[in-house]
Amino acid sequence: MTGETETPKAGRGLPPSRQAIDDKLRAIIADVLGLDCDRVEEFDGETGLFGHLPELDSMAVAGLLTEMEDRLDIIIEDDDVDGEMLETYGALLAFAEMKAVEG
Amino acid sequence: MRAVTAWLAPDHGGKSREEAALVFDRGRDYRLLLIPPLFDEANKFRRQLAEIMYRLDLSGIDCILPDLPGTNESLFKQDDLTLPMLRAAVESACEHFRVTHWFSVRNGALFAPGHLPGWRYAPIAGKNSVRSLLRARSLASQESGTFETMTELQDIAANQGITAAGWSLGSEMYTSLSSKPLPGHDFAIDIDHETVGGTPLWLRAEPDEDPEQADALAAVLAIGILGQ
Repeated sequence: MTGETETPKAGRGLPPSRQAIDDKLRAIIADVLGLDCDRVEEFDGETGLFGHLPELDSMAVAGLLTEMEDRLDIIIEDDDVDGEMLETYGALLAFAEMKAVEG
Repeated sequence: MRAVTAWLAPDHGGKSREEAALVFDRGRDYRLLLIPPLFDEANKFRRQLAEIMYRLDLSGIDCILPDLPGTNESLFKQDDLTLPMLRAAVESACEHFRVTHWFSVRNGALFAPGHLPGWRYAPIAGKNSVRSLLRARSLASQESGTFETMTELQDIAANQGITAAGWSLGSEMYTSLSSKPLPGHDFAIDIDHETVGGTPLWLRAEPDEDPEQADALAAVLAIGILGQ
């Protein structure tokens, strides 16, 4: 016992948990694409995004990436953006997790 | 009573120019200036601002939504616009309409008046706004096969100004937006979007309104203004 108060997890400088990133990413997709939250909740790793969701055009991609930067506190570079990263929900989530760990 | 009126905004060389304003003005004691965001978010959020004004009017608060130079229907050349000019225009509007309070949306916080109490709804730094514009242009260039990178576009914007996502930015405007973090404000209260709930309207593909969100924002403002 050192008498120190338990530091909340977020205060330790650790990256956010996978669950937290997953929750935020689903909320971002629902907000940016104007999709119903229940529908986005049903997304799994294989759910197709770019080319599968008519709402996700290039302007929406710009909005999606900017919101991901703001809400996940990451920076997305040009080189990061390719078709593969936006192909499925699983790929986008893996990308977001990687960036959050880097950040 | 909803009306469109004219006011005098500062122009180049110490002159002034006439701009429009949407007002609910019955000459009441409490008078709120609404400061819209720049760029695309202004279009996405304008209907919602009108909804908020309508509610505040019913609560006994006069509301003024000015066309700032280079925004909405203003004929001021967008490329010539700078942040200090926007600040000066907001100050002029405060004086002209005898404003007692203000409410800014998103990057509208960057040119809010310094001396009056107000609220900043989901404020963001200028760099987030310009990054989004440049990214839209970069993605569009990839689709058209010209491949302009963000770094290239940032250089162009800083040196000669740029047109991105349909908006013209002079180099001075770009530089001042991209370099400044969100400023603090001694007399402002920030309203997070989480307080309001629902989908942020500035993210939607088309302009829309949301009665519940308008109710929530109008309630925060009315309680803040009338409760003082």
